[in-house]
Amino acid sequence: MTVLDPSPDFLRGDPHPAAASVPGWLPGATGPRSDPAPLLPDPSPVRVLGTPLLEKTDPALLRELYRRLVVGRRYNQQATTLTKQGRLAVYPASTGQEACQVAAALALHEQDWLFPSYRDTLAVVARGVDPLEALTLLRGSAHTGYDPRATRTAPLCTPLATQAPHAVGLAHAARLRGEPVVALAMLGDGGTSEGDFHEALNFAAVLHAPVVFLVQNNGYAISVPLTQQSAAPTLAHKAVGYGIPGRLVDGNDAPAVHAVLTEAMERARSGGGPTLVEALTYRIEAHTNADDATRYRQEEEVAAWREHDPILRMELHLRAAGLLEDRLVQEAADEAEALAARMRAEFHADAELDPMSLFAHVYAEPTPQLREQSAQLAAELAAEAEVHAR
Amino acid sequence: MSTVQPSPTPALGRTAAPPPAAAVRTGSMAQALNSALRDAMRADPTVHVMGEDVGTLGGVFRITDGLTAEFGPERCLDTPLAEAGILGTAIGMAMYGLRPVVEMQFDAFAYPALEQLFSHVAKMRNRTAGKLPLPITVRIPYGGGIGGVEHHSDASEAYYTATPGLHVVTPATVADAYGLLRASIASDDPVVFLEPKRLYWGKQEWDPSAPVEPIGRAVLRRTGRSAVLITYGPSLPVCLEAAEAAKAEGWDLAVLDLRSLVPFDDRTVAEVVRSVGRAVVVHESTGFGGVGAEIAARVTERCFHHLAAPVLRVTGFDIPYPPPMLEHHHLPGVDRILDAVARLQWEE
Repeated sequence: MTVLDPSPDFLRGDPHPAAASVPGWLPGATGPRSDPAPLLPDPSPVRVLGTPLLEKTDPALLRELYRRLVVGRRYNQQATTLTKQGRLAVYPASTGQEACQVAAALALHEQDWLFPSYRDTLAVVARGVDPLEALTLLRGSAHTGYDPRATRTAPLCTPLATQAPHAVGLAHAARLRGEPVVALAMLGDGGTSEGDFHEALNFAAVLHAPVVFLVQNNGYAISVPLTQQSAAPTLAHKAVGYGIPGRLVDGNDAPAVHAVLTEAMERARSGGGPTLVEALTYRIEAHTNADDATRYRQEEEVAAWREHDPILRMELHLRAAGLLEDRLVQEAADEAEALAARMRAEFHADAELDPMSLFAHVYAEPTPQLREQSAQLAAELAAEAEVHAR
Repeated sequence: MSTVQPSPTPALGRTAAPPPAAAVRTGSMAQALNSALRDAMRADPTVHVMGEDVGTLGGVFRITDGLTAEFGPERCLDTPLAEAGILGTAIGMAMYGLRPVVEMQFDAFAYPALEQLFSHVAKMRNRTAGKLPLPITVRIPYGGGIGGVEHHSDASEAYYTATPGLHVVTPATVADAYGLLRASIASDDPVVFLEPKRLYWGKQEWDPSAPVEPIGRAVLRRTGRSAVLITYGPSLPVCLEAAEAAKAEGWDLAVLDLRSLVPFDDRTVAEVVRSVGRAVVVHESTGFGGVGAEIAARVTERCFHHLAAPVLRVTGFDIPYPPPMLEHHHLPGVDRILDAVARLQWEE
């Protein structure tokens, strides 16, 4: 058996089970099959900033989170600007959600897999993927610009929550091989209404898969507020119905998100099974550059969340704790500007695209029909080139 | 109208060579599929079978019988009852290097998994420029004729053939059930493997040691000089029966078994049609927008000047699958096929 211990019952013991010799389902049950109390989410969102937990947090980690938050904010701003200049087709910003994005990336080990949604390009970049490669989907030049296997980062997923069962399957396969890999699936509050979210959590729980689900609850699914999305006490409470723990965390508190995710991932890595984490945050920008958030949100609400900004809070509390010198602030700002300058330079160059690549990766080998169509396109291109040459 | 000389040797395409007698055994398609799964799992430890009731029970059609006993419950996994979850989980397993074989219990039960199939299974290789191929086989018992109540008899192939990125394969013989399933599992592309459930139990001789043919090749099951019946899966036996009955009318009908709908064997189909000059496409699924429409169009595009008559289609009606007591009126039978053959403009 190559499975990590502790194994669930179905992987233990006789590998050739006959029909159960003892009846497994009898009348007279007296209570739940397991105790729901340990699965209940935190009574209030976990916070580190402004609490005694800050002193217990590694200062190097805090500085690293701060630096990445600053760079991440600039990344969001620059990407949004690139849409206005027509250099990106669309950009769903994570402005305001940088603490979730950055903490998620930092909580991953080298061998772990990230399953991002389309709003999670900052997490992908923070993981180490080049921004130019991470943004090809939103630039419109390629569906996925990075190598998912080399970066252990699944393609950005557009159909909501459909990547969640992929994370479960990958984690399950890694566990069968005895490899200490954890999969982290990133979702939004709207995604929790999808059937795939439910099926993924159920499969994860039944398979005891080493997977963590991070729901960034930013209050809105495009325009629809959470109250019209779910009547659950919190989204984290949904975990209890699957028999897995739910956690609730302040999503604008980077060290808190990092701590809760790290705990959940180590639990998964050591055979403890999946966790659902709900991070409370806010999308400061509209859904995308094509959206108008003033049609469904009050300015007072946005202003309140601006006061609760993940970067301002980090800077305030780190300075108060004497952990943030001016030099660090300047270095982070310089790094952010350098990234923005590189993005401007690279995205203002035209993408070099090969139309013939359209047929390259539909199947391992093109079908006869695709070979014919490929020849057709080649002829069309040749005719175009001839017209241009005249 | 061009005149067509019937070919004296219409045995174009690839006819299956008779296998060596020693290895030949007699069995049902269900048994051959079971053998194919077992042999694939023995040959490759990355092959994992998963689905509803596939473990202890051996599947509702017993196609996975004994696999959990031989390979353990992690290689032949009884999953929760959720098709999108099953296929979505299989995708993640394939991303990590496994080769999942997913069973959908019945044709219409596969529909909850269509988003995973269409948006991810079919597209992942393309979305990732070849970095994440998904070698997943989705086995689907399909079609009617077994007296199933609603949602148990859909001929759903057109949904899959309309989706680029999927191979769509359907065997009509016991030998092909074995060979094509082995080829599908070995394929690095996702394959929708449609099992004609009304053919599960009929026994035929087959040779499991015969070389496995690549998917994408049609085969001529019966030679003939008058016209060709182009068909696949559950309709093959009906077509062979119709060809036999046609002899009394003076028609010598060829029968072509496509075996693979994607990739489509244009070459063999065109060769056979050109040699006989008349063609009828037969399938039990609905006609409008169906596979037969695609075949008729492709044949017309390629063989127009060899055709003595329009390509006709014999299909199920454009209705939701009927209650079992009425299904025989819906499914193409010998008479409907012969009526079509009679309309192939013989008077000239």
